[in-house]
Amino acid sequence: MRHRQTIALLALVGLFVALYLWLHALGFGGAIKCGASGGCEVVQTSQWAVFLGLPVAFYGVAGYFALLAVAILGLRPAALPDRTWSVLLAGLASAGFLFTVYLTYLELFVIHAICRWCVGSAVIMTVIWVVAVSGLRRNDGMMER
Amino acid sequence: MNRFYALVGVLAVVLGIAVFALLRSGGTAPAAAAGPPPTVVDDGFRGYTLGQGSARVEITEYVDFECPVCASFATIQMPTIKEQLINTGRVRWRFRDYPLPIHKYSRFAAHAAQCAGAQGHYFEMQDQLFTHHQWAQTGKDPSDLFRSLAQAAGVDLKAYDACQEAGRYAQRIEFSRQEGDQLLVDGTPTFFANGKKLEFRRLPGSDDFKVIVDSIIAHSH
Repeated sequence: MRHRQTIALLALVGLFVALYLWLHALGFGGAIKCGASGGCEVVQTSQWAVFLGLPVAFYGVAGYFALLAVAILGLRPAALPDRTWSVLLAGLASAGFLFTVYLTYLELFVIHAICRWCVGSAVIMTVIWVVAVSGLRRNDGMMER
Repeated sequence: MNRFYALVGVLAVVLGIAVFALLRSGGTAPAAAAGPPPTVVDDGFRGYTLGQGSARVEITEYVDFECPVCASFATIQMPTIKEQLINTGRVRWRFRDYPLPIHKYSRFAAHAAQCAGAQGHYFEMQDQLFTHHQWAQTGKDPSDLFRSLAQAAGVDLKAYDACQEAGRYAQRIEFSRQEGDQLLVDGTPTFFANGKKLEFRRLPGSDDFKVIVDSIIAHSH
């Protein structure tokens, strides 16, 4: 249960980080708040800021929302013993983690700019992945029923 | 368990407020981006130049930093022109600002380049502005991006910020634009060779300039 709760809370934070970046990409608000480095604008205005026709941050919103929803649904008393939810969470987290690795590679080696919000999201997604995989190995729901 | 859902609810509200506040507090571009200054004074500056003072041909380019054609010319044609005409001592290239009124941030970009130029990094900043030209397509306030580009160009940000905030070179840029008007500049980029306006039916390439320069040098013998 703790694993799913942790994932839900982390996904909620990640959801709002991605939401901020997505709304900014849609033109809401002024300059992105990014500290002195300003790397966020470089990343957000690069050609890699759009993936399959949609702002990259949109996939973050969708991914974090899916993780949050699955984690919350998996916390229902009836769902707690069911390992399927842990498998689903681990699958989603792995997809999100791989996408995060790809985006971080682009920042470091292609765009040569670091966006602090993206780094924050990458850290959140990495922790979610670690927790989800660890929950899978411990057979989360069954163990803590 | 109920405490957990309460925590999720409180966290969602706090994060929602934080995102709303972040979006509302997004900065706006400084005064230098707003428009022409009310008064214009000639400070004697006539543009940054590339090439030797002894070059027999001087090309003057009226440039708008937000103009995609200017960016394309700067990134695709200019490297060859530098290599074949400027670095060989045949041409001196002078850059003059001509921010078009249809472009929201071109005056601001020109000012950023001038502020970088005050620190000896005009050309590095020009390269940054043209190479990362995606800013011109987003329509969003590029203040933060320009700071990061200035940093990449080797500019000291403290002095850059002070320069941008004060709009130190706003009059210089407007003077250049008015000069362009007097010379009948009607778009960007517009080129002059030794003071004579060059007319092209399409965006010129390095070969076009080579022909022009060869012709001027041949006729000046």
